[in-house]
Amino acid sequence: MKRKFQSITSRLWSAAALVVIIVIWQVAASAGLVPGYMLPSPVEVVQALISDFPLLMEHAKVTLAEAFLGLFCGVVLGFVMAVIMDRFDRLYQALYPLIVVTQTIPTVAIAPLLVLWFGYEMLPKVILIVIVTFFPVTVGLLNGFRSADRDMINLLRSMGAGRVQIFRYIKLPGAMGQFFSSLRISASYSVVGAVISEWLGGFNGLGVYMTRVKKAFAFDKMFAVILLISVISLVLMKLVDLLQKKCMAWEQTEEKH
Amino acid sequence: MADLVVSGVTKSFDGRTIIEDISIEIHDRELVSLLGVSGGGKTTLFNVISGLLKPDRGQVFLDGEEITGKPGNVSYMLQKDLLLPYRTVEDNVALPLVIGGMKKKEARKKAAPYFEEFGLAGTEKKYPAQLSGGMRQRAALLRTYLFSDRLALLDEPFSALDTLTKRSMHRWYLDVMEQIHLSTVFITHDIDEAVLLSDQIYILGGKPGHIIDEIRIEEPKPRRNDFQLTEEFLSYKKRILEKIEESEE
Repeated sequence: MKRKFQSITSRLWSAAALVVIIVIWQVAASAGLVPGYMLPSPVEVVQALISDFPLLMEHAKVTLAEAFLGLFCGVVLGFVMAVIMDRFDRLYQALYPLIVVTQTIPTVAIAPLLVLWFGYEMLPKVILIVIVTFFPVTVGLLNGFRSADRDMINLLRSMGAGRVQIFRYIKLPGAMGQFFSSLRISASYSVVGAVISEWLGGFNGLGVYMTRVKKAFAFDKMFAVILLISVISLVLMKLVDLLQKKCMAWEQTEEKH
Repeated sequence: MADLVVSGVTKSFDGRTIIEDISIEIHDRELVSLLGVSGGGKTTLFNVISGLLKPDRGQVFLDGEEITGKPGNVSYMLQKDLLLPYRTVEDNVALPLVIGGMKKKEARKKAAPYFEEFGLAGTEKKYPAQLSGGMRQRAALLRTYLFSDRLALLDEPFSALDTLTKRSMHRWYLDVMEQIHLSTVFITHDIDEAVLLSDQIYILGGKPGHIIDEIRIEEPKPRRNDFQLTEEFLSYKKRILEKIEESEE
């Protein structure tokens, strides 16, 4: 009960901070401290969001489709990589440093190359999203697999369990917590990745829309689309949380004796 | 129902001998304790019996069949309950059956009647985190029993429990043993526990660990409630203490 109360008050604080920032921003804009063409006021941003809403939704559909497809492929790839790297120690030693290196390559730098190689359609965008989303999943799952309790594994071995059964009953369920933390990160990466890849080429999508309004100096629309992207990312992360609660029902029952 | 024979088992790690020439025998439905200080090689011996470790020398027989270095015949229970937090109690205890190839539903059905006997009625659908320490150990024992109703290895199973819970677990264990036909090898460093529960005690000591002495507890089972307060109990305890002190000199 007390804990619930604390979590509500902590949310109140963050909500209050947000409100204060928006109020300061609005006041600064209304008082003419910042020229309107440089920084639109929050009210103007919301107006732009409302007036452009149908158009934004059209673009959002494309971006979301890319993000989902890329995220799906990224998670599948990340999962497969984690499983085989856990199974074969040599592969782990060989591939782990390489995987880390892929994450040091700036996305913005590689995106135009992908466009050159794979064209302006969906493929280069999905590839880029796969590159940014598989990594957290692979690392999270590998950590989960490797932190499985040795005593637990020995106990199952004493019962005659083979490698597959040990994976199924101990390693995989034990890594679920880390998998979902990684998935939350990957979900937000997938949207940002889609937008970045659209900046550099494409016909539809929020990133394309963003470059258009930027060229038109319509900063209120620019902020509106940023707001929309943030909201989409937050919704996706929340969906992952809900999925986690559903898949990890035992977590809910803990500490309720 | 089982006879376990361990004969001349020696095991070393990195050139250091941990246990040397250990021979013990467990007869059907008996509880045999291995008593010794921590780090004396008790757990190594356990891993050899369960087949997880291959001994350098020596053999292990279960009902006349050699099981040296073969896991899947004898299961054990540790101080840590090792229940999987993401499986309900019934799915935890049924796990060895599922590993053995049984369908989940069938395994649950087979486990169901034992919940009453083991004092676990009503916990079937709960998760381990919702159970007290004592209840979790009961569930762990039921899981061990469902794996093999012949022989169980228990490695300090009650040592993490508080004194009062431990006492009630001892009584419970003796009760359960009256109903099910299970031979038990019991590792402990608690002399009282060993005398109270065992038919036979092997004292393990020295470096490398070997059997210093074996003591038969003649008190009939079920043990009377005040056994721990009797002269006989104290004399057993005294004899064991003397043996341990002798070996340390």
